[in-house]
Amino acid sequence: MTLWHLILLASIAVLAIKLLGYAVPPRLFDQPRPRRTLELLTVSLLAGLVAVQTLGGGEGIVLDARIPAVLVAAGLFAVRAPFIVAVAAAAAVAALLRQFAGFA
Amino acid sequence: MQTDAVGRAWREGVSVVVATSAYGLSFGALSIASGLDLWQTMVLSLLMFSGGSQFAFIGVIAAGGGIAGVASAGMLGLRNALYGMSMRRVVQPRPMMMPLAAHVTIDESTAVALAQSEPRAQRVGFWVTGVGIFVGWNLATLAGALLGDLLGDPKQWGLDAAAAAAFVGLLWPRLKARQAIAVAAASAVLAAALLPVAPSGTPVILAAVVGVVVGLTNWFGPKHESDLPDPGGPEHREGQHA
Repeated sequence: MTLWHLILLASIAVLAIKLLGYAVPPRLFDQPRPRRTLELLTVSLLAGLVAVQTLGGGEGIVLDARIPAVLVAAGLFAVRAPFIVAVAAAAAVAALLRQFAGFA
Repeated sequence: MQTDAVGRAWREGVSVVVATSAYGLSFGALSIASGLDLWQTMVLSLLMFSGGSQFAFIGVIAAGGGIAGVASAGMLGLRNALYGMSMRRVVQPRPMMMPLAAHVTIDESTAVALAQSEPRAQRVGFWVTGVGIFVGWNLATLAGALLGDLLGDPKQWGLDAAAAAAFVGLLWPRLKARQAIAVAAASAVLAAALLPVAPSGTPVILAAVVGVVVGLTNWFGPKHESDLPDPGGPEHREGQHA
């Protein structure tokens, strides 16, 4: 499968899921258990993505400037900084540590 | 009185549109850094149009995963179906408008709609936020992708760290209850532990089992469902217990 195939497949899947929400009878999933499961699935995926994006690289775990950068971003989110500010700060921390402090 | 409420819906919608659209810039730049070209990046913002799914897709693709990227994006998109169920009642779109309403049913449009106190303001909040973000997000994606083309090595600019930080930002507002925090911690540890052994892209999907199992069993859960974070609105939750 080419990258284009993957992009179209993923995009159509996400769009179809949105349409499904308007098509199915609300009572089917609008119950405590499916609601809770979907919410925790989202939490689970996002937390997994944080770990993989912060530590992943090549064949396994790579410890580098991403770790302090992500900690700075988490601190900024904790004090309710705007999304773009925290993300830009993370990029700046990693870039500066690599440029001036010899981080990988 | 009604115009007050509608005015408030407009103001809230516009402020969310501006804030959310801005980070379309980071999506555009990161997508280019992940190896997608300009058109591929734009198709994701135009057609997929769901921030979490888009960031997940390019993240897994950058890590060398293929179909796992599709699965990650799809699973993160599942919550939009839940939003759709409550937005259908709130927005009550005509049949012709249904596909458009569904396409702009995302975290932000749902949240702004549910934050309004009366039906007309809810509809205004939904459409202003949803359509506004669609336009702003795509313009920002284009600008970010053009910028990303000029930047060169993404690591030199810390863009890999920015991608990780973006997921922290998407996760943070969901970490209010003890159960969600426990699930997040366990999933992160599991995904990290699987990194050296599981194929690219699959640690995230395998770690998501944590969320599904805890969701179905309600381990660490509150006794009353009303203690849960509630993206779908409180109006139909009364009297329901785990």
